[in-house]
Amino acid sequence: MASRFKDVLNSGKFVITSEVAPPKGTNLEKVLHHIELLKDKVDAINVTDHQSSVMRFPSIGGCLAIKEKGGEPILQMTCRDRNRLALQAELLFASSRGINNVLCLTGDAVPVGDHKEAKGVFDLDSLQLLKTIRLMESGQDLGGNDLDGAVEFCAGATVTPGAQPLEPQLIKFEKKVEAGAEFFQTQGIYDLDNFGKFMEHARKFPVKILAGIILLSSARMAKYMTQNVPGIFVPQNLIDELTAVPKEEMLNRGIEIAGRMIAALKKDSICDGVHIMAIGKEEVVPDILAAAGL
Amino acid sequence: MKSITRQKPFEEIRQQLDSFNRVFIIGCGTCATMTKTGGIEQVMEMKSQLQGVDKLVSGWTVIPIACDEMSEVAMKENDRAIQNSNCALIMSCALGVHKISTYIDLPVIPALDTLFIGVEDTPGYFREVCAQCGQCIIGETAGICPITACHKGLVNGPCGGTNNGKCEVDKEKDCAWTLIYERLKAQKRLDLMRKYQPPHNFQASPRPRTVKIS
Ligand code: SF4
Ligand code: SF4
Repeated sequence: MASRFKDVLNSGKFVITSEVAPPKGTNLEKVLHHIELLKDKVDAINVTDHQSSVMRFPSIGGCLAIKEKGGEPILQMTCRDRNRLALQAELLFASSRGINNVLCLTGDAVPVGDHKEAKGVFDLDSLQLLKTIRLMESGQDLGGNDLDGAVEFCAGATVTPGAQPLEPQLIKFEKKVEAGAEFFQTQGIYDLDNFGKFMEHARKFPVKILAGIILLSSARMAKYMTQNVPGIFVPQNLIDELTAVPKEEMLNRGIEIAGRMIAALKKDSICDGVHIMAIGKEEVVPDILAAAGL
Repeated sequence: MKSITRQKPFEEIRQQLDSFNRVFIIGCGTCATMTKTGGIEQVMEMKSQLQGVDKLVSGWTVIPIACDEMSEVAMKENDRAIQNSNCALIMSCALGVHKISTYIDLPVIPALDTLFIGVEDTPGYFREVCAQCGQCIIGETAGICPITACHKGLVNGPCGGTNNGKCEVDKEKDCAWTLIYERLKAQKRLDLMRKYQPPHNFQASPRPRTVKIS
């Protein structure tokens, strides 16, 4: 089964993806509402996989819900919680249910999450997972056995354009391209000049790059991210801009900033699209799109 | 090479000794002495701590190398006191605990947690540099083991968590892949980092691992 998202990627249009987070529990009301809200406004919706190593309803469950509602899901798969048997099994299941897009991630470390004593698996890494997908498409599994019914995926990966040091990250980026990544959703970016430099390099490769846009919901959050989230740097002028408005206006200003960045990326065709992460504020993604003039 | 240990919380030791009144304490003169977890001093301290919770310490000894064959001799020398005990509390790494358990009939209780096999970088600072995975790749990673030094054991380059050369799990810890990158770059061998490393063979030597040298 071909991926609708892949067609969009290849259409040359400015691609928009966003993401939803499954709940901790069986109450799906909120995530279903977010899916409803986003499914016709974006080209595909990522479903996070125990993001930040916090145990939640599974990504594949969220993807099925998107599928049922007629949306286009991107299955996020980390290597933290499953060995190669479980990862391959999940790919078979996803494929059989028409979930045709996968984002291959290493996964956050176990100790940052809420099950701090759990065993981190990391039997495969994100690169090996990409290769596994390509292998399974050829009708084989990692054990060298034939599959009765192969899979077909549009496979993606992530890259952190603001990583320090950058070169090891770029080397891994290239290895991911070689391993078969077709698209990249980047870690959140705020410094467009820096991102432009990364894009000059990335443009040399036959892959689509969707810039990660993380909504800044307050000045405090912006400062926190700059100080604590690896590879994220919010320039001081954006922090000042948020600080200058009254507290209740901050979210709106954040929406405006995100919209402005998306518009700038699109106008100068700096990258192939954006991946919007609203982190708990999925409600306002349509407002971000409106602010971007989309 | 040293077997690095840490003493268990006394409360845990006390619980394990719950049904034993007469305790024989065994320390180790090698690694556990070096790490100050099972030398004479720590054995003496344990003795008085146990006495403080109304245990009878029926005897004690510090074996030169607890994991060695010679431990059998040391056990024989202490036979009377051991026969007179309900259990042996062993302040060596688990290799020593295991070895001693083959020479005496008493229940053996470990007083230490065995953490890793490490090297001493600077006096008193021990670091794990090899996890004994059975399929060594450090010829391609500038002598730094990514299986051990990278929190996630990644073999194909850094995750997205590298933060100014530090690891996402601990700002004090170097990111293994930054170190590997820097060393390979200095050696002008960065092309090695571009090489795809296939999934690791975790059954290179299936557990329990044994080797017979003929
Ligand atoms: S790759 Fe690492 S863990 Fe494996 S044998 Fe070599 S140093 Fe030890
Ligand atoms: S930050 Fe570096 S050492 Fe830590 S898990 Fe990632 S690659 Fe490994």
